[in-house]
This record gives sequence, structure tokens and C-alpha cells, in this order.
Amino acid sequence: MGSRYSFAHSDPHNAFITICREAEYGEGPLSGIPVAVKDNISTAGIETTCGSNILKGYIPPYDAHVITLLRSAGAAIVGKTNMDEFGMGTTTETSAFGPTLNPADPTRAPGGSSGGSAAAVASGMVPMALGTDTGGSVRCPASFCGVVGLKPTYGRVSRYGLIAYANSMEQIGPLAENVRDCALLYSVIAGHDPRDGTSLDLPAPAPLKPEIAGKRIGVPAEFFGEGVDPAVASAVRSGIDRLEGLGAEIISCSMPSMQYALAAYYVTSMSEASSNLGRYDGVRYGTAPDFVRSWHDAYSHIRKTGFGEEVRRRILLGSFALSAGYQGKYYAKAQAARQMVRNDFARLFKTVDMLAGPTMPCVALPLGETSDPLSMYLADILTVPANLAGVPALSVPCGTAHNLPVGLQLIGQHGAEDEILSAALAFEEGSA
Amino acid sequence: MVSKEDVAHIATIADIGVDESELELFTDQFNAILDYFDVLDSVPVGGDAAPLRANVFRDDEVVPSLPHDEVLMNATDPEDGFIRAPRVI
Amino acid sequence: MTVIIGLEIHCQLNTKTKLFCGCSTDYRDDGPNTHVCPVCLGLPGTLPVLNKQAVLYALKVAKALHCEVPAYSEFARKNYFYPDLPKAFQITQYDKPLALGGYIDIEAEAGGEKRVELTRIHMEEDPGRLVHKGSGDRGRYTLVDYNRSGVPLIEIVTEPQLSSPKEARRFLNKLRATLEYLGIYDSEREGSLRVDANISIKGYERVEVKNITSYKGVEKALTFEITRQKGMIRRNATIVRETRHYQEARGVTTSARSKEMEHDYRYFPEPDLAPLEVSSWVEEIPLPELPDARRDRFMQQYGLSLNHARTLTGDLKLAEFFEEVASDMPEIAAPWTADILLGELNYRDMPVTKVPVPHYRALLLEVKKGSVTDTSAVEVMRLILNQVMEGQQPEMPGEIIARLGLSKEKGDSIVDTVASVLKEHEAAVADHRAGKAGAINFLVGQVMKATRGRADPKEIAKIIADLLKD
Repeated sequence: MGSRYSFAHSDPHNAFITICREAEYGEGPLSGIPVAVKDNISTAGIETTCGSNILKGYIPPYDAHVITLLRSAGAAIVGKTNMDEFGMGTTTETSAFGPTLNPADPTRAPGGSSGGSAAAVASGMVPMALGTDTGGSVRCPASFCGVVGLKPTYGRVSRYGLIAYANSMEQIGPLAENVRDCALLYSVIAGHDPRDGTSLDLPAPAPLKPEIAGKRIGVPAEFFGEGVDPAVASAVRSGIDRLEGLGAEIISCSMPSMQYALAAYYVTSMSEASSNLGRYDGVRYGTAPDFVRSWHDAYSHIRKTGFGEEVRRRILLGSFALSAGYQGKYYAKAQAARQMVRNDFARLFKTVDMLAGPTMPCVALPLGETSDPLSMYLADILTVPANLAGVPALSVPCGTAHNLPVGLQLIGQHGAEDEILSAALAFEEGSA
Repeated sequence: MVSKEDVAHIATIADIGVDESELELFTDQFNAILDYFDVLDSVPVGGDAAPLRANVFRDDEVVPSLPHDEVLMNATDPEDGFIRAPRVI
Repeated sequence: MTVIIGLEIHCQLNTKTKLFCGCSTDYRDDGPNTHVCPVCLGLPGTLPVLNKQAVLYALKVAKALHCEVPAYSEFARKNYFYPDLPKAFQITQYDKPLALGGYIDIEAEAGGEKRVELTRIHMEEDPGRLVHKGSGDRGRYTLVDYNRSGVPLIEIVTEPQLSSPKEARRFLNKLRATLEYLGIYDSEREGSLRVDANISIKGYERVEVKNITSYKGVEKALTFEITRQKGMIRRNATIVRETRHYQEARGVTTSARSKEMEHDYRYFPEPDLAPLEVSSWVEEIPLPELPDARRDRFMQQYGLSLNHARTLTGDLKLAEFFEEVASDMPEIAAPWTADILLGELNYRDMPVTKVPVPHYRALLLEVKKGSVTDTSAVEVMRLILNQVMEGQQPEMPGEIIARLGLSKEKGDSIVDTVASVLKEHEAAVADHRAGKAGAINFLVGQVMKATRGRADPKEIAKIIADLLKD
């Protein structure tokens, strides 16, 4: 213990909110490896803002469980990465700390909301980073920046210390330059934590080896439906052909619940967020309230000035979806739709080992292009089903479209991270 | 369809300030988004699904609390160990 | 005008730790914000994990109160914004509570028993505590202590079946006794039992009275509110459906601002907590002897009257005290404890646990032997209780009796006193001879006075009768 890692990189892509130039590290499987951490993961003694003005200056007095695990694995935590405010975005442009630039094309956004983590990896600042994935926030920037990103099974990684956006769907996940590093970081953070009541107690991850031959891979027609850029579809279809070439059995299938998935995801996440984000009153931490105003006045004011527009939009919509008279139409229906998605996965996984398709329906977008919220939401259509059902999913680079990175998404059964990581490794290395 | 008044009402419930100028923008956006959410109307309401798990507990054993200085370190102007908030009455 | 009352009782469970974190609940002697952690402070990123003991305690109450425990129950978030609520939502139970139905039998106004039905029992977390400071519009502010934040509560909701403040008090006494017998609640912790009441006059709107922080305040608060409502009806004023706050110091209820009525709590299931499937546990949960059973046993085992048995079992500590001192002389211990000691304790606001058992037993034995009169025994009891209250080592009754010369005067030694009293009060003697009822009591009283209570009134009456016969 006690070694110091000097982190000298400049940050031309604005990947970080906070950089720790001198980071301590110890012994362990990640000894001396610089790891970047998304700024919604609590780090004792290091400012943690969630990309929001409302949390500027907040120094957590405790470490998230994954931070404890990183430290005991010897990692050097070199900084906190930029993100869409509270994870609410698909571009990292809603951050109060300015947008992150995509290292693959600095005129474009890196995707989001873990855009800072993906850019830090893609630009070579760090070999691996932690992101969080509520509706695709690890896989989307991994796809857009050309790196590997995994969203684990819901409950596989402790959420203790992860600042909540939508509790029932989010997971902390690794991003890395390659599948082996992604799996290494995953193996460090996976495990049971009694401080997270939704945490699962599963066997430790198995050692990684490329393995795809004989696997049955389902390809839902809906993953190539309307709205998917044909150039992206073509790159991913070539990728799936390569999987077949490595010995996988490709099976066409259908996921009818996809028609409800995006609405179910947004209604659920906005509802949960409207409740989670109520605590930012400035009293115990964060930007101080105006003590001259009365409580409700000060509270309403701090939420108006401290939160950005997208966060306020989602708080309002989530409050609406839970409000008297509308809960049945929105929140309750979203839960029923969510169950349909789970049922679809359960049905499909009776006959296939995993599902494959594009991670995102498009490539990275030019900065400043997404002003219409609904069209931004629609880009999440292919990633949200895994969050609704709690199953693991990853994005692995799969060629390019329009000269920009494209991600292949592999979705596994509950607890089957090892299986999709092994398949991704075989895909990456071209060997079965 | 939601009206500007509906959005203003939600802003009251959610206790979040919204400017008159924003109301119009939010109202238009909400209508587009809620229109999209209408796809859920056709979801059949079935019985509740079996929970993935139940009965997760901890034992009733005392764990040390946070040191007092760490409790107050992010608060503004604490007084006699209390945390300060705006007046409620 | 028929009065309809329903109660919501919040009871703090005496678990060692809070409902969702490991902070100690034993905070009352410590400074503000010393029993808090990231979880009960609602720091970003923290998660609740349910205290199993709190569930077991709540189930124990549910079983004792004859509730049904559904196969499935869950926690929900009640969203509202107030500085005592650090997460901006309270974790509670909404449409799927831990327990449904149940009842408590209480003594009816007209004698006999009345069954008061319960709606439900659910679990929730206590908010923090606010202190209001400063003055003037801009100078006022709030101070918050989160030590109480996250302490486990059960909320017991009754059907609107109580018909008077007195009945409400009886209900609460019975409930409190039951909770104490169950060992899940500590009556000596300040604010551990808090009551909200729904009150209406039949045919009119219902008013909710909140903030009744002592269960003793309930009868007063209800009486005030009923008088207020009846007065409004007599004046043809409209009773509006509203929430009112009880102002303990002034003994009145005042209207809560209408703004507080606009709440839309936006309940939804708490995503961080797994649901409960605990109905099968109920059978295994052991129950101690409860007040009704103990009352019946006291009547059978000690031959107590219904009233004495009810009084002596109406408080766990009192029942235990009675059994400790009285097992071998219940016929004396029951009236002395229920009718006399209890009054002396209430007068001093002294818990029964402070009464020195050897001293009390010795006193009862003196009474049993007939060595002191009742009046003297009460005097001795008061002295002992005062000595305890003043922190002194109390004297044994025998010492006090000897020191003050309280031994009962008997036979010949009081005949002289009686004779002189009769001489002094010839008019009363004449009245007595004329057959006037009451004259004899006056004469006995005068003798008692002259002997400073050391003579037995029955014996005095006999001596008077003997002397006047001559």
C-alpha cells in the first residue's frame, strides 16, 4: 500500500469533472492501474457532483461499495468523469460542466450518460473506467466511442454509493479498451453487498476464455426495425455473420414487447427519478439554500436554479406519471409492460443462449444536434429492454458506419455475464 | 393533451420553479412525450408478477454512526450540532 | 349528536437499531445528529436495508391484536418535501400493509366489553425533529436533528368506532398495556407513542387532529374538538373537512393551513426494498400473557374483583409489582394497591417500579396484623414514597410506626378518649339518641381526630355504643 500514481494526461475531450493528479494505489489484481470513475459514484473525500450544479462542492463522507473494492484491488482512482446530469441524457451534453467530446470525432458527442468514462478510455487516458447504465448509459457511449462496455445483471454489482437516478434499473458497469480489461474490472466489482438489499449472492466470475462455438444466438427482428440506420444495421449484420463464422448458431426471433419498452422505461425512470431527486434541498449537503426565503420558497428556487432543463423536465414528467389520477395510466401500465418485456426474455432464453443486435440505432451525433427531447429518448430503444428485465448486456466494437464506431450488443440471461463476455472475447479476437 | 395550467399544477406538486417562458416549451414537449407514452394504453393489465425475491433483512445490530464532524461537514452554518434549514413556519 | 372517533397510533418499536440502518435508537440522552449515518441522513447513493427485528415486533403486535397478515406486503415511498425528511420521501406501507383487520376489546361505557375493530397495521420510518428558532419574517430559521430519523414505527389504524373521549382513552390505555406486555415498546421513552385522531359528529364532515404527542393529551384534545364541533353545529356554522393541530400547551386545536391539504404523495413501491412474504411466520411467533388473560388469571388465582383485576393488569409494571408483593395476601394487597397506592403514585407522578417492595410488603403485613389503622398506614405509605422521591433511603414501616407512635390504640386505652369526646359533644350525643343518622359518624370522626388516626373506626363505634348504652 501507499504507492502513488502520477496522472499527467491533459484532458482535451473534457472527459473528467475532477482529476486526481496524485492517486494512491495498493496491491491486487488492478495494482497501479489508473481507473476513472463516473461522477455519480460516491468517493470519500473527492467531490461527487453527478454533473449537476446542485451538488457542486459535495464531498461524500463515505465510499461507494465499488470504490472500496477498487481500492482493495490496488487500483489508482485518477478522477471522476463527466456525465449527463444525474445520468439523464444520451450525449453527455446535459452536464453542468460542459459537453465531453468524442475522441473518435471531436465534433461529435460521445454518447451518454457515461460519456466521460467512455472518452477517457477511448482517448487512452485510462485503460478502464466505471460507468453506470440505467437505460444504456454504459453501452451507448461504449458503442459511440468504440470501446467495450458491460451492464451487469441487476443486483450483480452493489449500488451502495451510486447516486440514484432510477433504482430499479441501474447498475454500475465497466468500460475498457478491450474485452479482457472489461472482464477484469467486472470481476473486481461483482459480488454481494449486504448494504444493498437488491444485491445478489452469486458465485465469483469465472476466468475468461473465448467461447462462442455452438452457442445459439437469437436475433430479434425488432432490433433491426424502423429507425435503425441502415449503415449501422449493415455493420452489425456483418458482425453477426462473423459470430456465425465462429461457430455460433444464429436464430431469428421476435420480441413483441419492444413496442412498449421505451415508454415503459421512460415512465419508470422518470417516476423513480422524481422521487430520488427530491432530497437536494441544500440543507445537509450541496449548494446552500437561501435562508432568507421560507422553506418551500427556498426549495422550489434551489430546484429551479440547481437542476438543468432535462432534469427538471424528467422530474416534472415523473411527478405527473405518479400523480393522483394519472398513476394508473402511466406508472401502473409501465410496470405491466415491464413484466411483458421480462416474459419475452424468459421465453426467448428457453431456446437461445443470448441475443445479438445493434447497441444503438445510429452512430455518434454531432454536438448540439439533439434539442428535441423525444428524439433523444428514441435513441435508447435497443438498450432499455435489458434494464427493464435486469439481464446483462454488453457492447463490443463492431466495425464502423459513416467512419464512426458501431457497437454490437450481446444480451444474456440473468447472471450470464461470463457467457456474453466469453462470446465478446471470441468475437474481438476472432477465435472460438 | 396537457395544458399550460396542468404543467403549472405539476410544478406546484413537484415544488420546482418553472418560468412562464418555460411553461410553453415544457407543455409542447410534454404533449409530444405523453403522446408517445400512450402506447402503454394498449398494455393489458395483468396480475402482479411474482417478485424476483422477497424477505431481505439485516440483523438488529448496532453499527457505529458517522462521526459528528462528518455529519456536519457538507452542511451550511450548523448551530449547536443541529443542521440549519430555512424556516418552515 | 353522535360522536364518531377513529385513531391512528404511531408507536416506536424498541429495536436496538433503526429501521433501515445500523444506527442506535438510544439517542435521547445524546446531542443532535450524533446517531446518524449516510443512510438515515439520506445522503446521495445510500440504500435502506430492513431490520428483521422490527418486522418480528410488528408481526407480534399484529398477532396479539388478532390481525390478518397477508401473504404479500411491501414498502412504498410517500413523497413530500420537508426538512425533517432527509430523502424527501418517507418509506412507509401504502396499499399492501403488513397486517389487516384485528380488534381490541375495551371496557364499555355501559359496563361489559366493547370490541373496537382495527383497519390495519403498517410499518414506517420516523422523520427527524425540528426546532424553530429566530424571530421576525427574515430572522426565523429551522434547526434539524436527524437522530430520530429512521426509527422504526408501527402505525395502528382503528375503524371509526369510538364514541367518546373517555372511550378513546380506555382504548389507548388497553393498547398501550398490550404493547408493553409484548415488550416491543418502551413507554418511558419520550414521544414513543403518538396519536392522530379523526373526529366527526354524525352527519357532518370529519376533522383530523394531528400532533397529539402524549397519549395523555388525547382525551383533552378530543374533548376540545368535540365541544368545538358541537358549538359550530349549534351556531349553524359549517364544519369543513380539514386537518387541525393540537396545541398541547393551550389545550386547543387550530386549523392547519389549507396549503398542507394540497399534498399529492405520489406513492409507489420502494424499489430498493424487497417485498415481505412473512404470513407463515406468524404461527411461530410466541406471545406472552396479555392483559385480558392476566386479568382473568388475577380474578381466578387471587380472587380479585373485576375492577381490581382490570386496574392491576392495566399496566405491565403494576401487574408485575402486584404479583411480587401480593401473592400471599391478595385480599389486602389488591385494594391497597389499586385503590390507594396507585392514587398516591399518580399524585407524585412516580412510577410503580420505584416503590420499595420490602417496605410495601412490610406495611401490608402491619395492616394485615391490625397493628395500625388504615389512616395511619396511608400516612406511613406517604412518608415512604416521599422519602424515595427525595432520594433518601426509606425507613421500614415498623420504624416509622414506632417513631411516630402510630401503633393502633386498642380497648381500654381509647375508652377514656371516647368518654371525653362524648362529654364535649353533648349535642351530637343527643342527636344520636334521637336516632339521627350521621351523628355517630361525627362522633367517630372526633375520636379519630383525638387519637390522630391511631384507633380503628369500627372499634370506636362499638365503644361509643357501649358507653351510651349505660
